[in-house]
Amino acid sequence: MKKMTYAEAIRDGMRVEMQRDANVYIAGEDVGKFGGCFGVTAGLFDEFPGRVLDTPISETAIVGHAVGAAAAGLRPVVEIMFIDFMGVCMDELFNQAAKMRYMFGGKAKVPMVVRTPCGGGMTASAQHSQCIEAWFTHIPGIKTIMPSTPADAKGLMAAAIRDDNPVMYIEHKQLLAMSGEVPEGEYVIPLGKADIKRAGSDVTIVAWSWMVHKALAAAEQLAKEGINAEVVDLRTLVPLDKECILQSVAKTNRLVVVNEAVRTSGFAGEIAAIVVEEGFDLLDAPIVRVTALDIPVPFNAKLEAVYLPNETKIIAAVKSLF
Amino acid sequence: MSDVTKEQLLDFYKTMLTIRKFEDKAAELFAAGRLPGFVHLYSGEEAVATGVCASLTNKDYITSTHRGHGHLIAKGGQVDKMMAELFAKVTGYCKGRGGSMHIADVDLGILGANGIVGAGQPIAVGAAFANQYLKNDAVSVCFFGDAASNRGTFHEALNLASVWKLPVIFVCENNRFGISMNQKDHMNIVDVSQRAISYGIPGVTIDGNDVAAVYETAKDAISRARKGEGPSLIECKTWRHYGHFQGDAGLYKDVQEQEEWLKKDPILKLEEKLKVLNFAKDTELKEIRQQIQGQIDAAVAFAENSPEPSTEDVLADVYAP
Repeated sequence: MKKMTYAEAIRDGMRVEMQRDANVYIAGEDVGKFGGCFGVTAGLFDEFPGRVLDTPISETAIVGHAVGAAAAGLRPVVEIMFIDFMGVCMDELFNQAAKMRYMFGGKAKVPMVVRTPCGGGMTASAQHSQCIEAWFTHIPGIKTIMPSTPADAKGLMAAAIRDDNPVMYIEHKQLLAMSGEVPEGEYVIPLGKADIKRAGSDVTIVAWSWMVHKALAAAEQLAKEGINAEVVDLRTLVPLDKECILQSVAKTNRLVVVNEAVRTSGFAGEIAAIVVEEGFDLLDAPIVRVTALDIPVPFNAKLEAVYLPNETKIIAAVKSLF
Repeated sequence: MSDVTKEQLLDFYKTMLTIRKFEDKAAELFAAGRLPGFVHLYSGEEAVATGVCASLTNKDYITSTHRGHGHLIAKGGQVDKMMAELFAKVTGYCKGRGGSMHIADVDLGILGANGIVGAGQPIAVGAAFANQYLKNDAVSVCFFGDAASNRGTFHEALNLASVWKLPVIFVCENNRFGISMNQKDHMNIVDVSQRAISYGIPGVTIDGNDVAAVYETAKDAISRARKGEGPSLIECKTWRHYGHFQGDAGLYKDVQEQEEWLKKDPILKLEEKLKVLNFAKDTELKEIRQQIQGQIDAAVAFAENSPEPSTEDVLADVYAP
C-alpha cells in the first residue's frame, strides 16, 4: 500500500494499464505536457511518448474519434475536461459508442473510457458543477463508474480500461486532492460491486462519489444519537449491485438515498424504484431521497450550499424515518 | 483515365450494376410493403462508392451513411446478407438488429451505415488514428453528403485529421440535396471541396458520375494517405435518382434538371465507354445484367426464406462480455 491522492490514484491506474497494453492511449484537451486541467495526467506525456495526445477544443471529435479508434482495435482513454461539456459530444456517446455493438449484431466492440470530473461546491456555477450521471445510466450499452476513494479510483480505472465496452468514468473534483492508501501495481476492482463503507444496523444510506463522504460524516453524527447507519457506496451505477442494496435494506429496513444531482429523474429515484419493486416488504418506513434542488447550480456560495445535499440534510432525512 | 484497364472497368460495371439492381429491388419491395423500416437508395451515385472502394482492402475502414447500401456492396458486402438485414432476418449482417441504416461488417472494414447525418466523420478519423498508431498502412474513408458538411462533426473531424495528419479520405457525395433542401439554399458556396482550404488539406471537385475519374482521384488520395501525407477531401458531384427516402417523390427537384442528370447516369456513361473502347459488346453487357439480376433475386429468396431473430435473444449483445 502506498499513500496517494485520488488524482494520483487515477493516474496510477492509467499508468499501470498503459504499461500492460500498448494499445491504451490517452487523448483530450491539455492532457499532454500541461498534464490536464486538474493535473490528473501529469507526467504521463513524458512517460509514454506518442501515447498521450493533446486535442483541439473539439469534444465531438474527442469522443467521436475514440469510437472509431476503439472499433478499430485500440483502447482510448479520453478526457472531457468537465462533465458539463458532455452535451457537446452526446451523439458520439449515446447514438454511436453505446449502440454500435447491438446494432451491428454483436460483431463490434467499443472498448473506450471517457474520464470526466463532475460535481459542485467550488463556486464554479451552472456549467462547471453538475452531476449528470443519470444521462449515461439511461443509455443501454454504456457502463458508468463514480469512485469515492483513491483505492477505488485506481481499481475501477483498471477495470474500465480492460472492459470491452464504453465506460463513463466520472471523477469528483472535490475528491481529487483526497489522500488514502492505494495498492501498488496491478489492482482491479470488478465493475458492478458496491462497497459497504460503514456497517450499520438501523438505516441504509446509499450514496456514491463525493456524497459517500457526506453520508459517512452524517453517520458519525447519527451514531452519537444512537442511530447506527450503514453506508453503501455504489461505486458503479451501471452495472448496479442491486443485491448489496437489498441485503443492506433487509438488515436495516430503512433507506435513504443521497445523490448530488438535481432531484427530478435522478439516479436516486432509480434506486428507490428498485427497492420498492423488489424489496417493498423489507421496508418499515418510506424511502427518502436527499438530492440537490431542481435548479441550475448557483454561483454564490451561500446559494450553492442551499442547492447541495449535506450532512444536516442527510441527518434530518434519516431521523424522519424513526 | 489511361491506366484504367478493361478488367477494371468491367469490374466497376459489375459492382455498379449490383448496387443499382439491389436498390431497384429494394424500391420495389418497399413499395409492395415487404420491407420494414426506412430505406434511402443510392441509385445514381454508384460511381462514387465503386471508384473509391476499388483501391481499398479489407484492412481499410469506411464509414457510411443512411444511404449506405452502395458503400457496403462496393466494400465487399454480400447482397444476400444485406437483403436479409433489410428484411430484419437473423441471417442479415446485423442479425436483424440494425436494418438498412445500420448495416455493418467490421471484418470487411465497414464501420457501419449511420442513422445520424455526419456521425461517420469523427468515427472515420478515429479509425484512421488507429491505423496510424498501429502503423499498419491502412486508411479510412468517410463517405458523407453535401448537407453533412454543414454539421459540426465535419469541422471537428477534418480539423483533427489535419492536425494529426491522419490517413483518412473524406468523400463528399454531393447529390445536391439535404433531404429536400437544395444545396444553394443550405450553403453559400458551390463546391464543398473549397472547405478543405480551412484545414490546409487538398480538396478537389470531380464528376462523381464518371467512375474512372473517381477511381483515379481516390487512388491518388488513398496513396497519399498510405504514405503518411495526411487527409484529403474529394467532392463528387452526383445526383440521386430517387427521393431522400422511399416514399418521398422528390417533388422539390426541378423536372428538367432531373432529366438532364438521368442522361448522365453513371451506368449508362460506363456502358458507352465500354462500347466505345471496344471493351464489351451489347450482348456481353446484357449477359452481365442478367447474371447480376439473378444474384439479386437469389438474395431476396435467401432473405425471405431466412428465420426472424429469436425473441429470446433480444437482450444479447448490449454489452460485450
